[in-house]
Amino acid sequence: MPDPDPAGAGARLPGHTEPASIRNFCIIAHIDHGKSTLADRMLQLTEVVDARKMRAQYLDRMDIERERGITIKSQAVRMPWRVRAGERAGTSVVLNMIDTPGHVDFTYEVSRSLAACEGAVLLVDAAQGIEAQTLANLYLAMENDLTIIPVLNKIDLPAAQPEKYADEVARLIGCDPADCLRVSGKTGDGVAHLLDEIVRQVQPPVGQVDDPVRAMIFDSVYDIYRGVVTYIRVIDGRISARDRIKMMSTGAVHELLELGVISPEPVKSGAIGVGEVGYLITGVKDVRQSRVGDTVTIAARPAATALGGYSDPRPMVYSGLYPIDGSEYPALRDALDRLKLNDAALSYEPETSAALGFGFRCGFLGLLHLEIIRERLEREFGLDLISTAPNVVYRVIMEDAEEIQVTNPSEYPTGKIARVFEPTVRATVLTPNDYVGAVMELCQGRRGQLLGMDYLSTDRVELRYTLPLGEIIYDFFDQLKSRTKGYASLDYESSGEQESDLVKVDILLHGEPVDAFSSIVHKEKAYAYGVTIAAKLRKLIPRQQFEVPIQAAIGSRIIARETIRAMRKDVLAKCYGGDITRKRKLLERQKEGKRRMKMVGRVEVPQEAFIAALSTSTTVDQGPKRRSG
Amino acid sequence: MHMVLPDVALAAVGARGFGVYVHVPFCARRCGYCDFNTYTPAESGLRGGYIDALLGEAQRAALVLGGAGPPLVETVFFGGGTPTLLPAADLGRVLERLDRLWGLASDAEVTTEANPESVSPATLRALRAAGFTRLSVGMQSVAPHVLALLDRRHEPGQALAAVEAARAAGFDHVNLDLIYGTPGETPEDFAGSLAAAVNAGVDHVSAYALIIEEGTPLAARMARGEVPYPDDDVAADRYLAAEEALSAAGFSWYEVSNWARGVSGRCRHNLGYWRGADWWGFGAGAHSHLGGVRWWNVARPGDYRDRLARGLPVVAGSETLTEADRQVETVLLGVRLAEGLPAGALRGPAAAEAEAAVAEGLLDAGAWRVGRAVLTVRGRLLADAVVRRLLP
Repeated sequence: MPDPDPAGAGARLPGHTEPASIRNFCIIAHIDHGKSTLADRMLQLTEVVDARKMRAQYLDRMDIERERGITIKSQAVRMPWRVRAGERAGTSVVLNMIDTPGHVDFTYEVSRSLAACEGAVLLVDAAQGIEAQTLANLYLAMENDLTIIPVLNKIDLPAAQPEKYADEVARLIGCDPADCLRVSGKTGDGVAHLLDEIVRQVQPPVGQVDDPVRAMIFDSVYDIYRGVVTYIRVIDGRISARDRIKMMSTGAVHELLELGVISPEPVKSGAIGVGEVGYLITGVKDVRQSRVGDTVTIAARPAATALGGYSDPRPMVYSGLYPIDGSEYPALRDALDRLKLNDAALSYEPETSAALGFGFRCGFLGLLHLEIIRERLEREFGLDLISTAPNVVYRVIMEDAEEIQVTNPSEYPTGKIARVFEPTVRATVLTPNDYVGAVMELCQGRRGQLLGMDYLSTDRVELRYTLPLGEIIYDFFDQLKSRTKGYASLDYESSGEQESDLVKVDILLHGEPVDAFSSIVHKEKAYAYGVTIAAKLRKLIPRQQFEVPIQAAIGSRIIARETIRAMRKDVLAKCYGGDITRKRKLLERQKEGKRRMKMVGRVEVPQEAFIAALSTSTTVDQGPKRRSG
Repeated sequence: MHMVLPDVALAAVGARGFGVYVHVPFCARRCGYCDFNTYTPAESGLRGGYIDALLGEAQRAALVLGGAGPPLVETVFFGGGTPTLLPAADLGRVLERLDRLWGLASDAEVTTEANPESVSPATLRALRAAGFTRLSVGMQSVAPHVLALLDRRHEPGQALAAVEAARAAGFDHVNLDLIYGTPGETPEDFAGSLAAAVNAGVDHVSAYALIIEEGTPLAARMARGEVPYPDDDVAADRYLAAEEALSAAGFSWYEVSNWARGVSGRCRHNLGYWRGADWWGFGAGAHSHLGGVRWWNVARPGDYRDRLARGLPVVAGSETLTEADRQVETVLLGVRLAEGLPAGALRGPAAAEAEAAVAEGLLDAGAWRVGRAVLTVRGRLLADAVVRRLLP
């Protein structure tokens, strides 16, 4: 155990800490701008982790996060700190560092993390400048009235240009470039000063000590040994370990099994008071029973009104997940059931595809979420999966005024449709000004509406667009990166919906629709989509004994056609004495291969053909950092 | 030291017909498309000792078969390689030995393969005198550019001259081998080859689609893009052309790639393979089949000779067919024949598949009505697909 009180904050135990001595802050940064490394230095400086136990990116728990160097689940660490310099030198405080998710898919979780803080460290790589995702989170923090402390990281790098990026950051948040702190998470340079500045600049939390308890859940994590661990920020009142708590959204009451703070390992405590950050465990097994954004109160003396800002996670992107080996379907179901315990945003229901067999239609917050779930299913559960091209949710109004939510293109209604709405996003692209034209061309090609354009500095531009979400989930990020030589960054947030001229394109094989390839696309792009998929399938599907037309159709109207010519010859010319054994084995293998074929009507299609046809369209358009070594 | 066959293999040897295959694994030169077990002088210096080795293996076979009662040999087939690279007298010694050990049937069919450039009228007379009754000549094509691509050494006219000489030497049965679908071959080229074969007066034609075998020089040239790959649709067109031209000239197909004038023109030895007969294959790399046991000899002639000389087995591998294997073989071999399969050989769902294949025009409706599964012309081109459906 590290010394819990290196800063001499003797009386400042959880539940007994004056709000005036507390600072709650988070770090806003792009995924590879060094947030986790900086956090590691803070843990060392405040001596809550000793050097022996220190491992890189201590706070990132899941393997996938560690490998990619990204943080998905936030956590809160309580760090005692004695101010080293300035007017308050010698003052002891408690710092709660709340780690925020860095990715757009988790905007809601980011917003709850921010709501738990009074201040935010804006961390920017001094060699790269601010990125679009950081900008979006910065705006979110500013909207929440957080104190922003601008910090340039990696000043030890030869390529660092602190002056240039200090100007850029100062312009964004309206401060003096000289106010930008300079640190190196790697060497530890400037980190102690940063902690002092957090104490000086960030407001202490304010709450009603004697009011009924209101605590906001900003994270909820399933642990196989403990059940769900819920992270809370107490706004009003004081939770004691003996209390029975109540979830205000559902009214559910739970015994408290444990209450404590993270420092950075869990430390039990008897109580948590106003302004403090900690965790609680009730024994529930599913994070859906302890949802991010919900308000926790005490059953015996409940608060009258919940804190604002709660909303149910809403899947934005859907994809069908199918086991390549059909016999793994039960294993896939079990694995999804397990992942769901720790992921309130994951939704799924059984689905049957003529092309792919039995699987699940899964709803995700976004593409990264999809990729993470898929990768965990494959890695942690050993499943081989094929996923259909991701699609968004469409709201279809029929002429008889019936409203239908479409989460699977093959279920798009066939009757008379009055109007169709598709979700839109407000996208921010930061790009060197050399590539502005290329970015605009891309966005316009994806039906984007330009909202505005600003120069962050003389050579960096911020472009703001409204784009259909459905246009972003299909290789948009890859295209953006390739058109800007990797320099552009992208962020987007949901911005409602728009009515659009959308149609469902079906792909028919010998007259039978292949459900896995049905897609909802803009009318003007239907032809291009149909031609592309039909041509791809023609190359992938082997010739049959009869001619097989591949058609793309909107309703009963054929918009594209390819033909797989009939196979006319399938016979080995020679079969003499020495060939018989080989020939017998060959035919038996072929017959076995035939059993693995999927039948679409009369057409035999090797599953590999579907996989190959789908694989290129399922590349997830995010490029998380890969670490070497 | 010799192999011991299980009783099941030895039971009723001869009742299923008994043939002998003799493999002569030597060629003057290897053709670019060929993946057969054959060696050029540069690859194997062995020649002379080979006949003695063959005689030695025959002696062993006689010991193995001894107790089962030696069957009469009804057919003999010398294949290669190029058997006619060896002196006719040497080939004759092998026939003499077979006759001495088991007896050659008085009407035995005795065939040898020959390359057009490796036989002279004198050789042919010697072969006929040694007891050969049938000659199979590798003509392949009359188009010089096709022969060139195949690496064949002979002039287009040499094959026809060999046929002429064979008939003059007293061969009543002569086959011409054709290869179709060679890249660069035109429909006219192939029509010319068919016409030449018909006009040569032979009673048997084999026509094979060019197969690109892995590891051959031709496959390498195609992989490098120097020569285009053969096209299956072209091959199908050529096959139909062969069927049409040969039918018109009085030939009938009796196996997917084989046509004959009259029943007497058919190759009885090869029919044995397709009907599940017994045969012993002598020589390096030769395959044998006796009563449900298949085995094959070591491939290299040097190994083969040395093992015989040292009393070691020459068998490189073997398999004993299960009832299910035999069923599969009955279907896959029988379907290739014009006589087809008896409907009774099709079990369970295969019978229903046969009905469907009749409906799709792959099996002949008239033959099916009288209880036989016989391929239509279109079915012959898709024979492997039909077999897969008819397998148990």
